Amino acid sequence: MSDGAELGRRLREGDRSAAPAALNLIETRTPDGRAQAAALLAEVSPAALGGEAPVHLVGITGPPGAGKSTLLSALVKEWRARDRTVAVLAVDPSSKRSGGSLLGDRARIEHDARDDGILIRSTAAGTMLGGLAPPTREAAQALAAGFDVVVVETVGVGQSETDVADLCDTVAVVVQPGSGDVLQFLKAGIMEVPDVLVVTKADLEQIALRARRDLAAALRAIGARNTPVVAVSAVPPPSGIGELVEALDAHRATVDVAASRTRARRMAALAEFTLERGESAVRALGGRRAAEALLVGRDPGLPVSALVQVLEEAGQ
Amino acid sequence: MRTYAGHSTARDSNALYRKNLEKGQTGLSVAFDLPTQTGYDPDHELSRGEVGKVGVSIAHKGDMHTLLDGIPLNEMNTSMTINATAAWLLALYMTVAEENGVDRQVLQGTTQNDIIKEFLSRGTYAFPPGPSMRLIADMIAFTVDEVPKWNPINICSYHLQEAGATPAQEVAFSLSTAQAVLDQARERVDDETFPRVFGRMSFFVNAGIRFVEEHAKLRAMGRLWEELGRKRYGVTDEKMLRFRYGVQVNSLGLTESQPENNVIRIVLEALAVTMGRNARARALQLPAWNEALGLPRPWDQQWSLRIQQILAYETDLLDYPDIFEGSTVMDGLVDELAEAARAEMAIVAEHGGAVEAVDYMKTQLVESHRERVRRIESGDLKVIGQNVYTTSEPSPLQQGEDGGILTVDPTVEQGQIEAVREWRSQRDQAAVDAALEKLAQAARDESQNIMPPTLEAAAAGATTGEWAQALRDVFGEYRAPTGVQDAAAADDGTLADLREEVERVSEALGRRVKILVGKPGLDGHSNGAEQIAVRARDAGMDVVYQGIRLTPSEIARTAADEGVHVVGLSILSGSHRELIPSVLSELKEAGADVPVVVGGIIPRADEEALIEAGIARVYTPKDFEISRIMGDIVGLVAEHHGVGAAAA
Repeated sequence: MSDGAELGRRLREGDRSAAPAALNLIETRTPDGRAQAAALLAEVSPAALGGEAPVHLVGITGPPGAGKSTLLSALVKEWRARDRTVAVLAVDPSSKRSGGSLLGDRARIEHDARDDGILIRSTAAGTMLGGLAPPTREAAQALAAGFDVVVVETVGVGQSETDVADLCDTVAVVVQPGSGDVLQFLKAGIMEVPDVLVVTKADLEQIALRARRDLAAALRAIGARNTPVVAVSAVPPPSGIGELVEALDAHRATVDVAASRTRARRMAALAEFTLERGESAVRALGGRRAAEALLVGRDPGLPVSALVQVLEEAGQ
Repeated sequence: MRTYAGHSTARDSNALYRKNLEKGQTGLSVAFDLPTQTGYDPDHELSRGEVGKVGVSIAHKGDMHTLLDGIPLNEMNTSMTINATAAWLLALYMTVAEENGVDRQVLQGTTQNDIIKEFLSRGTYAFPPGPSMRLIADMIAFTVDEVPKWNPINICSYHLQEAGATPAQEVAFSLSTAQAVLDQARERVDDETFPRVFGRMSFFVNAGIRFVEEHAKLRAMGRLWEELGRKRYGVTDEKMLRFRYGVQVNSLGLTESQPENNVIRIVLEALAVTMGRNARARALQLPAWNEALGLPRPWDQQWSLRIQQILAYETDLLDYPDIFEGSTVMDGLVDELAEAARAEMAIVAEHGGAVEAVDYMKTQLVESHRERVRRIESGDLKVIGQNVYTTSEPSPLQQGEDGGILTVDPTVEQGQIEAVREWRSQRDQAAVDAALEKLAQAARDESQNIMPPTLEAAAAGATTGEWAQALRDVFGEYRAPTGVQDAAAADDGTLADLREEVERVSEALGRRVKILVGKPGLDGHSNGAEQIAVRARDAGMDVVYQGIRLTPSEIARTAADEGVHVVGLSILSGSHRELIPSVLSELKEAGADVPVVVGGIIPRADEEALIEAGIARVYTPKDFEISRIMGDIVGLVAEHHGVGAAAA
């Protein structure tokens, strides 16, 4: 078993080669693995870093076939051109009865394998229907210490989108022209308003233009007139990618990072506690809201593992 | 009558062609190496280990001159197995002919040029589907008047069967491809010329061991082809409506165990496409008995040629009119197949045609192949010498010093690298630059035909890699769908024990067993890798599979970043001796300490060297039980992490 604290320290110092082993550890569910992961997370907690990591945590989500991977290929390239290091956590929804899954996203995200400034990690959504698995939340928090941008890519709208919003500073929802679903979800309030809406396949010109107009109108109708709608095309020659990066940055500048990350750690602790102890343990604490309330007021610099500890002690 | 040949250098291939012509062969069938097929020069990173391997390396017109030296091109019928870079190789062929004083009007031959099946099966694509189809349409529009005896495209159902297609899928997917090509070509030529374009379309078909059904398949294809011509394209000229096809019989069913039996299989398959005169192949080439072992030698190819000669000259096969005319059994079979193929074609059409349906077709093929593999594993499908009647006397055919296969001289690659660098330094660079710029302009402008600037670049001395790179810069890179993502989960009980063990090891490790299935190099034969990936998923593993054409450093980076427990590599092109050690050293450098297994066509002599180099297991076509391989792999992971093997 790797030494969690050591890996955490190396990540904090920007040692990229520590990242894969750190992720392996975070995914390991043995008691020793959990203890080492806790030590690792403590080393990258705000207390250890002396504040929140300056990273930009970006959630990219949207329906299947919307062009997320193609968009990510272009986005990763743009971020690298701006000299930012990028880690991508690609959450694959495929998960069959056997428990195994085929992780195919990596192949679709075009990138230079020799560039140390890029790390792509595929994870199976596992048994979490729609939502984010606890290791994904912890992984994002660990990578946050070592990269300039950490992307969490998920498929679908609904639970996964809500979870991504809990975890990330900025959430971009990706839709392709002509997909009425997102429009309907927005209007009906099924879907939370994203921070940035991205319309892909802008090379389809008229159709993409109309989609952009319809979405902007829908956003206005629900009172979210400030949500930017960016049209991009990832086929050569790409367009709109620089504009999208700027829209994401502009949103990040408006976020109260400390508050959002503190909340993210609470939600991660709750998810981890639920995975380990089950829903009944949450009910024993008085339900999700009561459990969350137990965490509010604790030192905001505490790592997820320490917050899980709080819940476990309360449950005894 | 011909055999598919070409190896190492243009000079050696030229000598081989001359010898084969002397033995009575009546045409040339040129095999190119993978860098030439995918548009890379010998000194490109991806070409490592592949130069001169599965065919001849042709990097520029100088190589083409050497290849065809002393061969009368005005009398030759030349078939080139070339697809993504077909426009370029045809331009080189034309340039060499003209520089030797042969008029393009008399040139006869075929460029394979079926890109859809490259996306589906063979993997030697270079550009995305849209631009690839445009290149094909350009060639058709250009050759119909400029090189009128040339078949610009040969639609291949052959490779679909190799990828597992059922007879109905083979017919439907290839005819749908033809339809996509014709639709595009129709926009590039006038109405008067179009029937001639239709008439120049030809097919390259497979013939499997169920030779009665296979014969029916060809009759069904002929019928559907005529139907397509009349109904969709309004062609009325009987001559233009004839279904013209050549055949290479099935390789998928050839076995590594008791390989001498393959000769009998090849003879029966040859009968499928020659028995009935109304659906007889116009050209036939036969594989060699030892294909599943490694590269065939000249003697092995001669044996295949002799099979054809015996069929043609000793038997009475060619003496009668169609022997199935009036047979109700045959007619019934044909009706049934035509009906099934029509239904499948309708589904492809619903997806928007063959180009749009690549994803769909690929998934169907992976499914069909999986079913085939399952039937062989279970014994439902009997393969003599492989899953039944497996005891055998030692075969004297494999006892020679070479183990019964050809080995390629490893110094060929270095020689070709030096030669192409020398070539680049000797030519008029300004002329090459100007020609490539013109080529890029034509690529950007859909109204232009790609052939004239391609011919100019060929004449100026541009290289294969430069031609392809100029187009990649305009069209973009592309990765074909892997077809594994949507493969349905196996739900029969046969995997229960395996799943149990994967669960046990996963729990002991604390996270799910994760495997990387990688295809290093340019080899595009992905059947094996796909079946391994799907079965690993069904066994309960997390599987990272990125498709074909990866460099050793990409594989190592993926293995490290994804935190996999084990790596499985698949190579069928014979480049394992170069690529595998280099993957191992890159893995070490990336800090990935994991067991590595290899599958593919690996000669026995090389197996030991790979084990020596640090490979944990080597699997060859004789290892047809995929579940057993999976069990091995889980065992390796358990052992590597000290979590013990199962009690069994």
